[in-house]
Amino acid sequence: MSVVTRILSFLLFLIPLTVLGQAQTKPPIRIGMGMALTGSLAANGKAALVSMQIWAEDVNARGGLLGRKVELISYDDQSSPAAVPGIYTKLLDVDKVDLVVSGYATNMIAPAMPTIMQKKMLFMGLFGLAVNTNFSYDRYFGIQPHGENAAVDMSQGFFDAAMSINPKPKTIAIVGADAEYPAAAMVGARETIKKLGMKIVYDKTYPPNTTDFSPVVRAIQATTPDVVFVASYPPDTVGMIRAANEVGLKTKVFGGGMIGLGTAAVKKQLGPLLNGILGYELYAPEPSIKFPNVEKFLVKYQARADKEGIDPLGYYLPPYAYAIMEIIAEAVDKTQGLDQKALADYIHSHTFSTVVGDVTFASNGEWKKGRSLWVQYRGVTGNDIDQFRKPGKAVVIQPAYLKSGELRYPYSDVRN
Amino acid sequence: MKSNFRFCIGLLTAMIALGSLPYVLQGDYFFFAAFSVLQFVVMATAWNILGGNTGYVNFGAAAFFAIGAYSTVAAFKLFKASILVCIIFGTANAALIGLAMGYLTLRLKGVFFSIATLALSVVLMTIVLNTDFLGGARGVYVIVDRTPLFGLPRYIHLLYWIMLLISGFAIIVARTIQHSGMGQGLSAIRDDEGAAECLGVPTLKLKLIATTISGGLMGLAGTVFPFLITYIDPTSTFNLSISVNSIAMPLIGGMSTWMGPVIGALLLGSIQQIATVTISSAGNLLIVGFLLVLFVILAPNGIMGWFDVWRKRRKR
Amino acid sequence: MDSQFITLFLNAIVAGLLLGGFYAALSVGISISFGMLDIVNIAHPAFIILGSYATFLIFTYLGLDPILAVFIVVPVFFALGLVVYNVYYHSFEKHGSEPLRGLAFFFGLLFIIEVTIVLTAGVDYRTVATSYTDTTLKLGPVDLPLRLVVPFAISMLMVLGIRWFLSKTYFGRAVSAVAQDSMALQLMGVNPVKVKSYAFAISIVTAGVGGALLIIIQSVQPSMGRDYIGLVFAICVLGGLGSVYGTLVGAFILGIAETFTATFAGPSWAPAVSFGLLLLTLAFRPSGIFGR
Repeated sequence: MSVVTRILSFLLFLIPLTVLGQAQTKPPIRIGMGMALTGSLAANGKAALVSMQIWAEDVNARGGLLGRKVELISYDDQSSPAAVPGIYTKLLDVDKVDLVVSGYATNMIAPAMPTIMQKKMLFMGLFGLAVNTNFSYDRYFGIQPHGENAAVDMSQGFFDAAMSINPKPKTIAIVGADAEYPAAAMVGARETIKKLGMKIVYDKTYPPNTTDFSPVVRAIQATTPDVVFVASYPPDTVGMIRAANEVGLKTKVFGGGMIGLGTAAVKKQLGPLLNGILGYELYAPEPSIKFPNVEKFLVKYQARADKEGIDPLGYYLPPYAYAIMEIIAEAVDKTQGLDQKALADYIHSHTFSTVVGDVTFASNGEWKKGRSLWVQYRGVTGNDIDQFRKPGKAVVIQPAYLKSGELRYPYSDVRN
Repeated sequence: MKSNFRFCIGLLTAMIALGSLPYVLQGDYFFFAAFSVLQFVVMATAWNILGGNTGYVNFGAAAFFAIGAYSTVAAFKLFKASILVCIIFGTANAALIGLAMGYLTLRLKGVFFSIATLALSVVLMTIVLNTDFLGGARGVYVIVDRTPLFGLPRYIHLLYWIMLLISGFAIIVARTIQHSGMGQGLSAIRDDEGAAECLGVPTLKLKLIATTISGGLMGLAGTVFPFLITYIDPTSTFNLSISVNSIAMPLIGGMSTWMGPVIGALLLGSIQQIATVTISSAGNLLIVGFLLVLFVILAPNGIMGWFDVWRKRRKR
Repeated sequence: MDSQFITLFLNAIVAGLLLGGFYAALSVGISISFGMLDIVNIAHPAFIILGSYATFLIFTYLGLDPILAVFIVVPVFFALGLVVYNVYYHSFEKHGSEPLRGLAFFFGLLFIIEVTIVLTAGVDYRTVATSYTDTTLKLGPVDLPLRLVVPFAISMLMVLGIRWFLSKTYFGRAVSAVAQDSMALQLMGVNPVKVKSYAFAISIVTAGVGGALLIIIQSVQPSMGRDYIGLVFAICVLGGLGSVYGTLVGAFILGIAETFTATFAGPSWAPAVSFGLLLLTLAFRPSGIFGR
């Protein structure tokens, strides 16, 4: 053999060794999802994805899960439910991911369920409403701050707070957008109202893209309700509150499941118009809210928010997206594996300490106890959002064990 | 009728080849993507029966699709109906609405018709939103027992077969119309409606038949959708992008024959499916938009128009 | 109860007029591009949202109030309109294709614009805070929120200005003429293509201004354009294509229909009422109220 041939054959011997060597480093744990990065759900979807990416970085900095790095694989579902089954099939069949989490919102979670159930995967649903009542899947876990009976629990805190005023309110107006979450919230509200024996004097819905809400608010005012409960998405949250201000709504308690109050964009827009409103938040920097590591997480999140074009405060969805990953991570770590059944059993039977507090799951996969915070805004001046980083502007009224103040009423007086 | 014979053989071969895939391919992903593409083959073909032949542009394709989907919901909620019953029920409903719409709007020429179809779809969506039985704004679940039939490995394969059959049916209908006297009458309407009427073409009757068939087929495409997705709500089912795609695909493929919509649907549909799971960022929509603009600029008569020009050049 | 009813009634009318005035700004561009030039610019609402975002950027980086931002928006959008028209003309109209082909072009443009906005400004809601956003004037029982009054006023200025321009100036009449008889216009020494391109550019300018007004009224998000497609075309058809007064009246009618339905019936039915009105018009008087 010539010298060249000897050298070449020696090199050829090395190749299998390097391959063998590479096989020693473990492949990453891949977590797949479809998430809304465009379309109507994108604002929250992108924020959720960024939060999960922060989690992945945190975990990898600590050495990963089971000694392996974690890798997120996400596809844009374009806020279109039709894209969802295909995305999850690709993730599971083609990309062969190890774990899956859901996209954001009920109508992006439900279409994935048949595929997930068929492949018997663990599935964490981000902000889906009562999805599992229709599927009864034992490996589904809902991450959202409402308890077992989500539709009712969603507004329970509001009504608890409203009933605390003296004299007790007798009449109520409920109104909401023609969309999935508000409609569900109103169904739950009606149930609670019936139990409390209040009279509904106005019960209507409006198209989500309504421009001017003052006719709606005037019609509500004409019924002189003691309480006004609104279930809305961010644009109509702003629209309704603005209209209430313009019409000069007179009532004792005003607020409701108004999504968007938790976001910086809405807080900035409304500024002092927020005062007096009894709204729902998922996090407030009040002294009574001290969930482990949430402040650390928010610092990291807020550092990137501007660049990514997402909500600068991150008080709404982001901690929940981070919490999903925390729960999965702990389950994987404690069961020392990726067996979907073992993971599901572990999650059913343990309490998790997360950035959104302690989480325990009921048998239907929803949280045993809800934790929506019902806050009343006070003393908001001007449109700067920095004032919300300190306590005192969003006083927690319910749930009682996290309270940091008492409800002030009537709304018409507290506004100023 | 040699061309008929060739067509039948061609279609049969394609159906058998595609239909045997469930037994050949391992993963499920292809079938989900294929379902979506086939859905658009039906929508594009159906739309073109009216749009391509007569030149009347229906902006409300999504509404007919939704009628099919919500008919399935109603039939399922009332009688736990089987897929076949839902399909027939949904198609019939959509066809009836197509007929009604035609009767109300076909006196309108050109773009007024299009605006009317848009108005109609908004009205229909508002009705669905306010109907609690159909779920209203909350949306509604259609959960079926997902055991596959006919020895197919999985449920999605059953849906895939159904969609294949429906596509084949739509193509046959479109081709039959094209080659029939009705098809020529419709083309005459597109070229010059006034002249056609003078020549004794029963324009109103033909237009009504076209809207009925077109609407019915679009509804047909929608009837199977709830079984795939298990949860539908008005906003996503009446979605504008369904209407846009139903117009864009025949435009890109070529509106003068039945083949154009099929090619357009296969092309644009596949690109959208691939883009969703590869590029996966806002870039998706951008690509589709660019392609649309590009194709329409470079190929004014669609891809079929390209072929025609190419064929003519070869003959020289 | 009676005085309460009167209050509701008056406010519904005023709110409807204010809303309708704003809608007119969004639709007058379609009246030009679709009514006079036969261009089915389905991307018009996307240009409106683009105008909103442009206003947002001007507000954020230059600190200018939307009313002042309009002065920057106008020339930028005029240039943009010229570019778009020239692409459109050289690709479609020159070859005498049916308007339908241009439709696909504009659909594609709709998506391209939406995605461009997403890529540059992000997907979160954007808003501007003006000094007058939260002030409400009171005229007896009637509320006049400045948030709606200011856009109304600007919109009226713009719409009536365009009407004056089209009927009184030489160029404006050339635009009306090109719609009716392009050949005759050429024979008179006027370049019809140039006239059309300027007219289209004007329609895009109105979209930009409409967007500036929109962001005063509410926050915007990239995919919002799709919600307005039906509305703007409906208004133009209702009022009669090609007639600016018609567009104005159509906008008022739909605005009032919306507020009345919201006040007295259920707001949820408002779209059905608006579009039902449109269907009735099409059934009995397809040329619209002021149409020829």
